[in-house]
Amino acid sequence: MKKISAVPIIYILFLMLPIYWLVNMSFKTTNEILGTFSLWPQEFTVANYVKIFTDPTWYTGYFNSLTYVGLNTVISVTVALPAAYAFSRFRFLGDKHLFFWLLTNRMAPPAVFALPFFQLYSAIELFDTPLAVALAHCLFNIPLAVWILEGFMSGVPKELDETAYVDGYPFWRFFIRIFLPTIAAGIGVACFFAFMFSWVELLLAKTLTSVAAKPIAATMTRTASTAGYELGLLAAAGTLTIIPGAFVIYFVRNYIAKGFALGRV
Amino acid sequence: MDNKTTHQKAWFFVLPVVVLVAFNAIIPLMTVVNYSVQETFGDNVFFWEGVKWFEDVLNSDRFHASLLRQLMFTGIILAIEVPLGVAIALTMPKKGPWVSVCLVFMAMPLLIPWNVVGAMWNIFALPDIGLLGHAINGMGIEYNFTRQPFAAWFTTVLMDVWHWTSLVVLLAYAGLRSIPEDYYQAAKIDGAKPWAVFLHIQLPKLKRVLTIAILLRFMDSFMIYTEPFVLTGGGPGNSTTFLSIDLVKVALGQFDLGPAAAMSLIYFLIVLLVCWVFYTLMMKNEDQ
Repeated sequence: MKKISAVPIIYILFLMLPIYWLVNMSFKTTNEILGTFSLWPQEFTVANYVKIFTDPTWYTGYFNSLTYVGLNTVISVTVALPAAYAFSRFRFLGDKHLFFWLLTNRMAPPAVFALPFFQLYSAIELFDTPLAVALAHCLFNIPLAVWILEGFMSGVPKELDETAYVDGYPFWRFFIRIFLPTIAAGIGVACFFAFMFSWVELLLAKTLTSVAAKPIAATMTRTASTAGYELGLLAAAGTLTIIPGAFVIYFVRNYIAKGFALGRV
Repeated sequence: MDNKTTHQKAWFFVLPVVVLVAFNAIIPLMTVVNYSVQETFGDNVFFWEGVKWFEDVLNSDRFHASLLRQLMFTGIILAIEVPLGVAIALTMPKKGPWVSVCLVFMAMPLLIPWNVVGAMWNIFALPDIGLLGHAINGMGIEYNFTRQPFAAWFTTVLMDVWHWTSLVVLLAYAGLRSIPEDYYQAAKIDGAKPWAVFLHIQLPKLKRVLTIAILLRFMDSFMIYTEPFVLTGGGPGNSTTFLSIDLVKVALGQFDLGPAAAMSLIYFLIVLLVCWVFYTLMMKNEDQ
């Protein structure tokens, strides 16, 4: 192995410290957390995790979060694909303005939209369903997916389209069989970012749900304020929310750098 | 950009995106516009108020104060995260097994739900049982982020640096990787100093990704809500009440729909204006 400079190592240590502290807390008993300061658990316990996996108000939160994040990723990337193709290949009336308009939605502060979203989704009777959150997150994830995919598609030479056309491929067959596999890395990166921003967002997710579709992160907020000072439980739930993200990063690690370079995140 | 064919039917490709985004953007935005010019006393009875709320918000000390705090916060974190991110990207290994290790670890903070980030830093910085708070107090410096405004600012800024510097690192790293090896060879032959290599080869190549990084960091830090809300709740006093926190306080806490809507629109317009300037600059660079 080659030698590695000290700066990235120090930086990574700095990144890991708060995470370590959270994991550390999650294995402690409430008494120990409030009673003593210790760098690692003195009385190691998994009671906090057991509570989360056996109490439906906790574990359904995970399913809810994963459901709307999954739905949102699929919807965002699917509708973004043809749109990104249009932006990368064709000139049409109002294309540049439309592109900027899409991006402005990535810039809208969710706090601005919280109340109107609540009213809108109540009016169409989707309030408190995972679909409501998945659709609401489209507001910022679709523009982002279009932006990323457009960057990747523009990197594919136009000759590919023309050759397929000359060979007599119908458009949709060309698009699905030839074009999409060519930009597989880009689709991976777009999915990664859609997943990421839907998974970490809470303000809208919390506004649009009450009981049935409550996301895990909102369950945490409620517990923090009503159940007193159960820091260990809170830390365990927090630790568990890091895991899906860590999995996703691990799978796309080779695409991230490439995606950043080619795409336009 | 230039070898595109004109094809109006491309609109059909864009249509699903337009419908979905418009549904989420235009209806709520019109609701906000609607509230911003009316007064209500409940029961869905509204009175026309014209631009009164806009004047109120623009003249209120409270709005000025939270806007100033917001600008300071965004300025500080941009001034720290962008140079720091570039510096870390420059020292990262160029190839080998360490690259993925670095990337995986560095991307981790980006994928933690924002309220968990706030809760994590709350636990981490608590003066009695948190590692950071304990360490600072142990060095003999009095530190309590729930009581001292300066400590609250310090903790919030440190949290944001922890949370988002990696994004700048990843972007800058990708930008650096796209520089062909020949450039470095040529610089070596010319006997260029590392500083000159950075200034004349790396920095110009990074211009584009850095514009994107600054744009993204500006947008996201200007909208920041969840992390400081969970960490400090906007306090002590109002010392870390940024624009979004103030807005939610007015809209959902006091249910003052009119002023909240006017504030929303002013807020959105500020973000839009800055982003439009950046976008135009970026497009100009690309055309060159």
